[in-house]
Amino acid sequence: MSGFTWPKENISSEKSRKALRQAILEQICAAGSGHPGGSLSLVEILSSIFDGNFEHGLPKNFVPKTEGKSRINRADLSLDRDRIVLSKGHGVPALYSALSFLGYFPAAELAHLRQLGHFLQGHPDRNHYDLMEASTGSLGQGGSVALGIALGERLAFESKKISRLPRVYCLLGDGEMQEGQVWEMFMAAPKFQTGNLICVVDYNKGQIDGPVKEIMDLEPLADKLRAFRWNVHEVDGHDVNALKGALAKCRIEARGTPHAIIAHTLKGKGISFMEHPTQWHGAAPKREQLEDAIKELDGTNNSCGRILGALASKT
Amino acid sequence: MSTLKDKLIDSTLKPKASRNSFGDHVAELGGTHPEIVVLDADLSKSTQTQHFAKKFPERFFNMGIAEANMISTAAGLAMSGYIPFAASFAAFITGRYDQIRMSVAASKANVRLVGTHAGVGIGEDGHSQMGLEDLTLMRSLPNMTVFQPGDDWDTKAFIDWSMKHDGPIYMRLTRQNLPNLKRSEGYLKAGLRPGVWSILNEEDLDSADVALLLTGGAVEPGIEAASILASKGIKPVVINANWIKPLDETLVNRLNDGRLKLIATVEDHFSVGGLGGAVAEVLTQRGASKPLERIGVTAFGQSGTPEANYEHYGFTGAKIAERILRRLG
Repeated sequence: MSGFTWPKENISSEKSRKALRQAILEQICAAGSGHPGGSLSLVEILSSIFDGNFEHGLPKNFVPKTEGKSRINRADLSLDRDRIVLSKGHGVPALYSALSFLGYFPAAELAHLRQLGHFLQGHPDRNHYDLMEASTGSLGQGGSVALGIALGERLAFESKKISRLPRVYCLLGDGEMQEGQVWEMFMAAPKFQTGNLICVVDYNKGQIDGPVKEIMDLEPLADKLRAFRWNVHEVDGHDVNALKGALAKCRIEARGTPHAIIAHTLKGKGISFMEHPTQWHGAAPKREQLEDAIKELDGTNNSCGRILGALASKT
Repeated sequence: MSTLKDKLIDSTLKPKASRNSFGDHVAELGGTHPEIVVLDADLSKSTQTQHFAKKFPERFFNMGIAEANMISTAAGLAMSGYIPFAASFAAFITGRYDQIRMSVAASKANVRLVGTHAGVGIGEDGHSQMGLEDLTLMRSLPNMTVFQPGDDWDTKAFIDWSMKHDGPIYMRLTRQNLPNLKRSEGYLKAGLRPGVWSILNEEDLDSADVALLLTGGAVEPGIEAASILASKGIKPVVINANWIKPLDETLVNRLNDGRLKLIATVEDHFSVGGLGGAVAEVLTQRGASKPLERIGVTAFGQSGTPEANYEHYGFTGAKIAERILRRLG
């Protein structure tokens, strides 16, 4: 049984974000592999989107799933729901944590990340877990998939198949922006005036082989996106109010300029020894490191409990 | 005296390129199927998606010369409930292999990828425009259905079938005209069924000396070869091998178990991994009791008229018949 409970607060509160970070690290530690750095940098971005800027399309009788194996699936959601495409698929522990926080599935499932046959695959896989709107992990493609979804949802809206125009969020990695296909998408979306597409760049400045600016610099990124005719907002990607402010400025319209939010973030954000451009890209914390990280998040107040109960008792 | 070719080909109908059959039919279906959307990468006049574009501009997306983005965008459209046809030259669309692997096949996205200008039969444009490896690439992907129509009827029947299918599809189409095949009433009555080839002279199936499995642009020269063989007293059974995946394994096994002396595959495609490769896999699975002659292309192509190219690369009735005769010894 899981000894872990999500805080009864907004997903973007400080306490909730700490809980999300703990859940990210616990699941990666349990799996023994995964990408903590680029998951931790996503926490404020995801919680700002989910706190008031996302229509889930949940059924009226929705009850949060906190125990057992039950979970919400795609068929349970309405067709006019908003969508998230996690193009930087390796950050998926952050998305899984947020979905569990929101009651889509019990937190105890997070302990099974990357296990054979489990719905929580190492990268988003829409055929293992259909809350993943797109299968990603081969970088550069999610933006185009999101563009296609935005076009399709607009077509459905304009032909009155749905009565609400869904927002489509695409979360891009900064290293991923080195893929040519991303720029094909950035060129195409303004042509089609997909005013319901919001791309958020998690600009955490690090990639596997080193700092982004050394491997293949993206700068001047904001100017490039403006030159591609996007509405560009540049914010501190760990400042929830700044992120919410930028999201509020993204006026959603069926025909309009698409939106890009450049979120300046830190790889490994929130855990002092993980804040590094490369060191924690693809390294799982060991048990001692996990405990150190949780202590740092919580102080002495371990208010959420543990997903990995057996582990906690060992230390 | 009427030849086997006269028996198998309906010369009362005008030959038509399968890209034209596709372009016309998808534009026709657009009216009754609001879920069809079409994407192209600046080749709509060649792939013939131009007709759909003219009739349904709000459901046509010209993505520019950016095939990778086109393929993944098509996947996104499929994920919001539409049925996208994404078209380009076979070489360029299947050249974006990772986008097809990830956004389409692994995602089980309900996308129809349409590769036109298949093979050396395109002629003058030369090797860079010739799709010659596309069947091999597409066939290897789980979830993918792969079809190469033999003529106009096949193309339309397959598109109709695809409207009721949920899953990724690759269609391989020709630039050049294809003659219209005659089909038995029994076959027409049953209609196009997945993994079932059409046997053009069904009555000869169990008494033939050699089986010719022909696909796409190779159907016409293959039939000419069959006529030549028949005139020399060698009885051929001629098969329009349109389904590449699923393959007609039942028929391949029946041929392998029968009395014939040789199975030959003929395709305007690399001889590695295409129809010939697929047939070889089936034959060896149970233990091949018949030799297999895989007739295809073994080098990158070059410029020349389509006729000169077919002569040069061995896709004439005489050259195909010669290879089969040599193999029969």
